Amino acid sequence: MTSTPGLYGTYGGRYVPETLIPALDELEAGWRSAQADESFQSELDELGRTFGGRPTPLTRAERFAPGKRLYLKREDLLHTGAHKLNNALGQAVLARRLGKRRIVAETGAGQHGVATATVCARFGFDCVVYMGEEDMRRQRPNVERMNLLGAEVRPVDFGTRTLKEATSEAIRDWITNVETTHYLIGSCVGPAPYPEIVRELQAVIGREAREQLREAEGRLPEIVVACVGGGSNAIGIFAGFLDDAEVRLLGVEAAEAASLGVGNPAVLHGARSSVLSDEDGQIADAHSISAGLDYPGVGPEHAWLRDSGRAQYVRATDEEALDAFRDLTRLEGIIPALEPAHALARARELDEELVLVCLSGRGDKDLAEVLAR
Amino acid sequence: MKKLVVYLMSGPETPELAAAAVAGGADLIELGFPFSDPLADGPVIRRAAERALQQGMRTRACLDGLARTRELVPRTPLVPMTYAALLEAYGWDRFARDAHAAGATSLIVADLPAGERPELRRIQLVAPTSTDERVRIAAEQTDGWLYLVTVTGTTGARTDVSPALAGLVERARAVTNLPLYAGFGIATPEQARTAADLADGIVVGSRAVEVAEEGPDALREYVRTLRHAVDAVVAA
Repeated sequence: MTSTPGLYGTYGGRYVPETLIPALDELEAGWRSAQADESFQSELDELGRTFGGRPTPLTRAERFAPGKRLYLKREDLLHTGAHKLNNALGQAVLARRLGKRRIVAETGAGQHGVATATVCARFGFDCVVYMGEEDMRRQRPNVERMNLLGAEVRPVDFGTRTLKEATSEAIRDWITNVETTHYLIGSCVGPAPYPEIVRELQAVIGREAREQLREAEGRLPEIVVACVGGGSNAIGIFAGFLDDAEVRLLGVEAAEAASLGVGNPAVLHGARSSVLSDEDGQIADAHSISAGLDYPGVGPEHAWLRDSGRAQYVRATDEEALDAFRDLTRLEGIIPALEPAHALARARELDEELVLVCLSGRGDKDLAEVLAR
Repeated sequence: MKKLVVYLMSGPETPELAAAAVAGGADLIELGFPFSDPLADGPVIRRAAERALQQGMRTRACLDGLARTRELVPRTPLVPMTYAALLEAYGWDRFARDAHAAGATSLIVADLPAGERPELRRIQLVAPTSTDERVRIAAEQTDGWLYLVTVTGTTGARTDVSPALAGLVERARAVTNLPLYAGFGIATPEQARTAADLADGIVVGSRAVEVAEEGPDALREYVRTLRHAVDAVVAA
C-alpha cells in the first residue's frame, strides 16, 4: 500500500471497498484542517474540562502494590466512566465540521457505545450503535444507558456475536449511508486515517500523566502499563512517553485474545495488522471475560511498536484479571473495569519500582459478570 | 450483445453449478472465495461465505474448484472474487499465479481499491461515491472491463435499480472505452433489462447464490430468464 498514508511499517493502510475511499479522503482532509485550526483544539480542551472532567487525577495504589510506587491514571473518573469519551468527543467535533448528521459506531464492552451515545446526545446527532448479542447480554447496564441517551442499539446476531461482528456491521452501515454518516470508530484500528485520529485524541491521557507523575515524583516512570484490546487507551498513554527511550512500555492482552502475542499479519476491518487468524487469512475467534478485549485484531501502530521493540506485549488470563479486579476493589476502594484489571494483574509483579498504569475504565458494567463467577 | 455475469460462492458443487449457469446463458462466472469478515457483502453472500468455510472451502480448495470448473466450462471467463486477507495470507503474487494456472481469467478483490497494489492485475470497481479522478484511475488500471457498483451499499437484492447507475455510466464513458458491467442490487429480469440498457453488461450475485442452493436445474432456468431479459435490450 505504498500510495497510502497511514502506514506503520508494513501495517495499516486502507483495505476497504471503493465506496468508502472518498469518505476516507474527506475525513483525512477534515482531520488535517482541524489539526491546523487552533479553535478545534481549544474546543476539545474546553469540552474535556467542562464536560468530560479532565484532567483526570493520578492515584497512588499503595496497598494494592506494596513496595512499589504504582500510580493509576484515573480514566475511570472521566465522564461516562472510561477513556472512550476522549475519542468520542473529538470525533463528534470532527463530524460536525464535516457536516454529518448521523453517527454509527460499534461497541464491545459498551463503553465506546455509551461514550458515542453521550456525545450524540450532547451534539444532537442521530446515533446507531452495533453490538454483538453476546456482549449485550454480559454488558446489560451499558445497553440500558445507550437507550436512555437516545441511541438505537442494533443487535448483531451472527458469527461471534461480539465486537468483531459489531465492527463489520458498523462498517457495512457506513458503506450504505456514507454520504450522511460519520463512522465513529472506537479504537485505534480500521482504515487510515482512523488509527492516527484515535491515537491523537487519546494522547491527552499520556500528556497529562507525564506531567502529573513528574510533579508527584520528580521523574518519569520506569514503565507504563496498559491493557490492549484494539489498543486505544494503551496508545493514548504510550504516546506521552514514546520519545522517552528509558521508559519501558508494556501492553497486556487477554490470554485468549492475544493478537500481538500469537497473531499473524492479516487484514481485518480495513487495515493490515497482527490478527488472530489462520494460515488462509480467515479471522479466528477471540475469547475473554472482558468484552472490551474480546477482539481478534489490534491497532496497526501496536504491531509496529512490537516489531520495532519499542513496546512489549504480555498476556493475563481471565482468572488473573479477576484477582486483580477484586484486590484493587478491596485494597484501594476502586472498582476497575475488567479490561484494565488485566494491566493491573501484570503491573504488580513487575521488577520496576515506579510504575504507571492506565486505569482505562470503571467496573460497574462488569458487576454481573464478576458476581456470577 | 450485452454481457451477463453470474456470481457463485465456491463450494463442492461449484463446477456443476457454473456449467449450468453457462448453459443458461452466462457469459462470465465470478467465483467467490469466502472470507470470514466480508465487509462489502450483504446477508446473503455473507451467509453463503460462512457455509462455504464450514464446508472447508479454504483458498486451496477454492483454487481446486476453479480448476475443475475450468475443465467443465473451457471457454467461459472465470474470475475469482475475494478479499485482501486471502491474498495477504497466501502471498499476493502466488495467489495471482496459482489462480491463473487454475484457469482464472482475472481477479476481483473487493477491499483493494484502485491505486493500491497496481501491480496486481485485476478488475477494478467504481462506485457512485467515486470521484471522477478515481473513476479515471480505476479505468486505467482495470483488467478488461470496469465493474460499476450501482449502489452506495453492500451486495444484495434491492427493490429497484439504483438511480445512481445512469450517472456513473456517464462518468465512466467519459474516461474509457472499456466495457462497463453493472452489479450490486440486480436480481430480477426486469432489473437486468433496466441495468443492461445503460451498461454493457450486468452482474447478478446474491439472487444467483440463493437460486444455486436449489441446484443446477433451477440455476440454469433462472439464468435463462436473465439472458432473455438482457438480450431483449438489443432486440428493442
